[in-house]
Amino acid sequence: MKYWAAFSGIVIRELRRFWHQKARLVSALVRPLLWLVVFAAGFRAALGIAIIPPYSTYITYDVYIVPGLAGIILLFNGMQSSLSMVYDREMGSMKVLLTSPLPRPFLLVSKLVAGALISLLQVYAFFVLAWLFGIEMSLLGYLYAAPVLFLTAIMLGALGLVLSSFIRQLENFAGVMNFVVFPMFFLSSALYPLWKLKESNTFLYYVAQYNPFTHGVELIRFALYEQANGMAFVITSLTAIVFCGAAIYGYDPKRGMYNRKAGR
Amino acid sequence: MSYALQVTSLSYAYQKHNVLEGISLQLQKGRFYALLGPNGAGKSTLFSLLSQLLSTNTGDISINAYPIRTAPRKALASMGIVFQQTTLDTDLTVRQNLQYHASLHGLNAKQAKDNIARELNRFNLEHKQNAKIRALNGGHRRRVEIARALLHDPAVLLLDEASVGLDMPTRDSINEHIRYLCKERGITVLSSTHLVDEVQRDDHLILLHAGKILLDAPCESALSARGVSDVKTLYRQLIQGETP
Repeated sequence: MKYWAAFSGIVIRELRRFWHQKARLVSALVRPLLWLVVFAAGFRAALGIAIIPPYSTYITYDVYIVPGLAGIILLFNGMQSSLSMVYDREMGSMKVLLTSPLPRPFLLVSKLVAGALISLLQVYAFFVLAWLFGIEMSLLGYLYAAPVLFLTAIMLGALGLVLSSFIRQLENFAGVMNFVVFPMFFLSSALYPLWKLKESNTFLYYVAQYNPFTHGVELIRFALYEQANGMAFVITSLTAIVFCGAAIYGYDPKRGMYNRKAGR
Repeated sequence: MSYALQVTSLSYAYQKHNVLEGISLQLQKGRFYALLGPNGAGKSTLFSLLSQLLSTNTGDISINAYPIRTAPRKALASMGIVFQQTTLDTDLTVRQNLQYHASLHGLNAKQAKDNIARELNRFNLEHKQNAKIRALNGGHRRRVEIARALLHDPAVLLLDEASVGLDMPTRDSINEHIRYLCKERGITVLSSTHLVDEVQRDDHLILLHAGKILLDAPCESALSARGVSDVKTLYRQLIQGETP
């Protein structure tokens, strides 16, 4: 019962914060919309997409990038959560969470789940906007996408938590954008299929193959077309578990970075 | 005898710099303890160790008879903490901040509602309950933080320089209120400060300097034993005796 009270309290708090920060929703939607409306319009003619799974016919570029743009929302929201953890730690409100008499792994996972639910809201808001621009999936596709979007959001949120346990100051966060977010995004299948990348650079193709974000995006792409991608599911799940473990380690006062940081 | 808070031979070092050196404390139930020390004495480090934000292998801590090594969660549940830096969520209202804390301590909806109403009433905050924290002044924010720390009925209340940044009347009013709570609810209060004038003669005074405890005695008896009339003189004597 007390675990449920704590879990629901953390989720409600994150939802309230999200509600109070309406600009966050707008900015979360503007970024993928720019890609969809401006970038995709420009490249629509230049980049034809061959028939590759899960597609059963030729598709236009704007249709191809919708799952990747959903992934971008999850990626940026995961980093936003990480940023808010660093902010909370600098401002002190993290101490309220960490001095709760509940197991720290439970608290961190609850926070991750809360962040993932907010990511989901943003992605479905984006799907509505994409639908208004004529990019439509089946109703079942939208339904099947929910659990894999959640899993990918957990994986990326956990990565954000790991990063937040390393980052000492908010000012250092620009480095995360340059060294984590953009490479993860551009070296993935979010904007172009990997076979296109392989044609121009084999090394980058292999880097993208090992990028867990690629597998998160593919998992979403297949689910939106009512199909399963076993390999992507396994890799995303395992990566989520590893990142969650590292995040829990990072916030352990006995072993992790939080203690060392406080000690400086 | 079981103490509300017991610290035994506690040491902590930041890299190679010793911040706390083998300190021991025994705090009785229902008493007010003033932890006095200059900036850098180790007060905040001690509070971080008590609240398990930091950990050390040297020494032991028990809160309400729960050792933090073997029963860390019960120890945390027995403690209310007001940190030096404000830890309220400024985007949320007073009530929402209290609800969040209640949920983190596992209070069910009815308990949370009752306890929030009790603390809002006790701290005269009912009219502010729907105000966002960012709209409150420093004094009201501190009241909310203390109300929040008492929400789950802790046996021990830790106040880490809780009056820093407040004007004199607000400071006095909050300090008076804490002492009243200590008597009324029988909770043990450990209140750290670097301001000598916050210590009252009937407090139990713990003087921490450079990571060591220089004095641990009722203030009144310490004054008589040293033959001085006020805490400021006592403080100077003890600190100067330690400073090379």
